[in-house]
Amino acid sequence: MITKRLLFIGTMAMSALLAVAFTLEVSEAADPNAFNRLMKPPSKRNPPPAKDGIHDPESVGAEALQPPKEAFSAMPKGKSGNYVDWVQALADQKIAPRFDRLDPEAKPILMDLNIVREVKGSMPNVVYPHKQHTEWLDCSNCHPAIFIPQKGANQISMAAILLGEKCGVCHGKVAFPVSECRRCHSQPKGKAATTKAEAGAAAAQPAAQPAATAGQP
Amino acid sequence: MAIERKQWKSAIVIAATAWMAVLFGFAPSEATAEYGDVVMNEYSDEAGMRPVVFPHWFHRIRFRCKVCHADLGFKFQAGGNDINMLKIIDGEYCGACHNGDVAWSVENCDLCHSGKAGTPTQVHESTLQKLIMPAGGAPKK
Repeated sequence: MITKRLLFIGTMAMSALLAVAFTLEVSEAADPNAFNRLMKPPSKRNPPPAKDGIHDPESVGAEALQPPKEAFSAMPKGKSGNYVDWVQALADQKIAPRFDRLDPEAKPILMDLNIVREVKGSMPNVVYPHKQHTEWLDCSNCHPAIFIPQKGANQISMAAILLGEKCGVCHGKVAFPVSECRRCHSQPKGKAATTKAEAGAAAAQPAAQPAATAGQP
Repeated sequence: MAIERKQWKSAIVIAATAWMAVLFGFAPSEATAEYGDVVMNEYSDEAGMRPVVFPHWFHRIRFRCKVCHADLGFKFQAGGNDINMLKIIDGEYCGACHNGDVAWSVENCDLCHSGKAGTPTQVHESTLQKLIMPAGGAPKK
């Protein structure tokens, strides 16, 4: 009889707790401002594996893998993507990714050449810096399969990029997403006649730390 | 009589509790995984394994893109590389490093095969995914 009563009290308490939680959930869901399909609130950025919705919380990996925030805390902040500025992190030597699978001393061969693309619309021209790209990549990653290394040979459009072609092979998947318009569209129209070197200096400014490139700490 | 009523009451409470537990347990949760996380589920589901989650960010801290995408031959496409365990233990793809020498070896199955069952192959949070396959994952391709 006593155990029955205890059981009853226990279930009552549990259901009361659940009811409170349920009401809270409902009131949150009823907030018309809560709907935002594509944007994550800061509280939902860089969650640990067990809470990221892709890892199975039951799996060993979810517990054992490193939470991204732990790695990112020492790196310069970014506006989107991983919310980390990878190019800056490399320039500041906050990270020292190998350029070779086995050799930690291997250095990339940097190419400091800016390509200015005059765009058709009202947006500023695009300045493409080879320098930051050759920090990470090999020439063969882009040439000739994605970009023919010849002036005027590549038709590029934002539509193609959004569909994951051309720049969109990386930008919008792993490299900074296309929402950061100004990082590419960086040269005001009318300045197109300026030399490539000048334009480049302006465009490469965010990551311009020539002495620190490719360094291993 | 009184006891009977009590029992009836507690039965209702238990039923309500169970119902709410079910409701909470199965509430759909949206994926908020890292930008660039790749889910590979070409063979995993069929083979009864959890799909593989590849964290780009973690590898990017340690290696430049060139190491995997030029030297090891990974194409820039989720699911485009036809990776299987045989290739990996023969030292191709992931196996070039995950061999107990450069990185931990293949016996740690669950560290890679850690995704939710049924998650389709994808680059998580890619522009393409946002445009074409919004919210909560896409149908299996």
